[in-house]
Amino acid sequence: MKTAAVPRPPGHREMDASTNAVSRPTDAEAVRAAFPILGTLVHGKPLVYLDSAASAQKPQVVIDAERRVYETLYANVHRGVHDLSMRASDAYEAARAKVARFIGADGVKEIVFLRGTTEAINLVAQTYGRVHVAEGDEVLITALEHHANIVPWQMLCHEKGAKLVVAPINDAGEVEMAAFESLLSARTKIVAVAHVSNALGTINDVPRMAAATRERAPEAVVLVDGAQAVPHMPVDVSSLGCDFYCFSAHKMYGPSGIGALWGRKALLDAMPPWQGGGDMILSVSFEKTTYNEAPFKFEAGTPNIAGTIAFGAAIDFLTGLGMNAINAAESDLLGYGTAALSALPGLRLIGTAAHKASVLSFVLEGVHPHDAGSILDYEGVAVRTGHHCAQPVMERFNVPATIRASLGVYNTREDIDVLVRGILKVQEMFT
Amino acid sequence: MTADLRDLYQDVILDHGKRPRNARVIEGATLTQPAYNPLCGDKGTLYLSLDPDEGRIVDAAYVGQGCSISTASASIMTEFVRGKTREEALATFGLFHDMITAPPDQASHRAVPEMGKLSVFSGVAEFPARVKCATLAWHALKTALALGPEAAAKPVSTE
Repeated sequence: MKTAAVPRPPGHREMDASTNAVSRPTDAEAVRAAFPILGTLVHGKPLVYLDSAASAQKPQVVIDAERRVYETLYANVHRGVHDLSMRASDAYEAARAKVARFIGADGVKEIVFLRGTTEAINLVAQTYGRVHVAEGDEVLITALEHHANIVPWQMLCHEKGAKLVVAPINDAGEVEMAAFESLLSARTKIVAVAHVSNALGTINDVPRMAAATRERAPEAVVLVDGAQAVPHMPVDVSSLGCDFYCFSAHKMYGPSGIGALWGRKALLDAMPPWQGGGDMILSVSFEKTTYNEAPFKFEAGTPNIAGTIAFGAAIDFLTGLGMNAINAAESDLLGYGTAALSALPGLRLIGTAAHKASVLSFVLEGVHPHDAGSILDYEGVAVRTGHHCAQPVMERFNVPATIRASLGVYNTREDIDVLVRGILKVQEMFT
Repeated sequence: MTADLRDLYQDVILDHGKRPRNARVIEGATLTQPAYNPLCGDKGTLYLSLDPDEGRIVDAAYVGQGCSISTASASIMTEFVRGKTREEALATFGLFHDMITAPPDQASHRAVPEMGKLSVFSGVAEFPARVKCATLAWHALKTALALGPEAAAKPVSTE
């Protein structure tokens, strides 16, 4: 990372840094050395990994944390009185405390462990949504959402006879705030927005959206899809003003198949359970079941124990680097990449919002993104090509697909330079 | 440019990818078959005119958008199947599919003489991620010939 000596602002949260192999992002090589996969060769070339928005790579501390669970403390959680079960339960709940602190939650009972962002959004749609959304009501989303923040609401609206309302975006890929505000009304029961767009990189003004919702749609709750935000910037749910916040460990250098839903405790307590099974109950008879309290009533069945504990290690890794420092370094790199790509003739950036994070989405004149992706792959450059699970965004910009380079803590200016040289090779072949 | 990448992007493919042949609508076509690959967004429509007596393909055209592999494949296919019977065209689909999906060390991977220009796609076998690009138009052909006019109700998909 280039902006190494980033001063820490007062009040910056920093915990458990001692457990990390890397303590400060002052040295790009030290950060990169924490990720064993970066030594891989692809088609004989050093890997340049620019696909962290799809999934981030894992540092050794996360890999070790998951392995250590199986080697030293694995047993089922919340069940046995034996020593291993208690050790596993303690480590599992310690991860919940790390997640809660990381996003500024008001305690561990506001954190529900789930498979990821998609499951978190579906849970809210199927529990809170089914209770509070009725015929004639509206769910407001934006035109830059990932399919995971569209389809669960479509399913809910279809079931209830409610209407899915979409706030438009402008040519830069920013939500048109006047339109967004005008679409809020007493009929609006849920507002669901991305914190950061996965396809465009746009950072939505969530505090303003939440404040407008309070004012114009007092009955509505605000859910934020934070999957693309938490790896890149400090997130404090209390200052965002939202009611639910969803994110996935695998995009923040943790394991896949685990993620979290934050919800205000009063809301979680009032919501019905979703899936039935073990761990979500207090007592069961054939006549009546008494449900456990939140968050456990939403965690039916044996969870991803080792993955959750390793999720905690990923948070230690991020806080060890410092979220403000990560944000500053990635913003600098995004600026460098934006300038480098903008200078290339025949390249059009898709998503040029004033406030952006970590994503460089673009198309090349006369070249289909899949052809570019294959050629870049041969240069060792891993980018995503396609619609990025955001087909309405592609339609908005009138492109079938884009090439997306997305940044993580291990990326450097050299990575951008290799990307640019790869693009020149693509253009050479197709012109 | 590495040699391997040139196996995929042969000059004939680049040429047909840039300037696809038979990229036109056939008015009054016997068979019209939409095709769609939801993974990459490639889509198009295949038009076939058949001689009613012999079942021979007298004209073939494909209009669509896609990568150079899918565009070139559709272009070369429309040239190749003209004059073929329904059975000959379906048999060619089988040979083509085998050529680009079989491991390179297997006999079926190698192009056979009757495949002619289609052999330029043999390099696709080394790029499994691109097999669906190369077969989209062919799947449309197979579906149209196998199912007839009713097939057009639903786009074929390589997903």
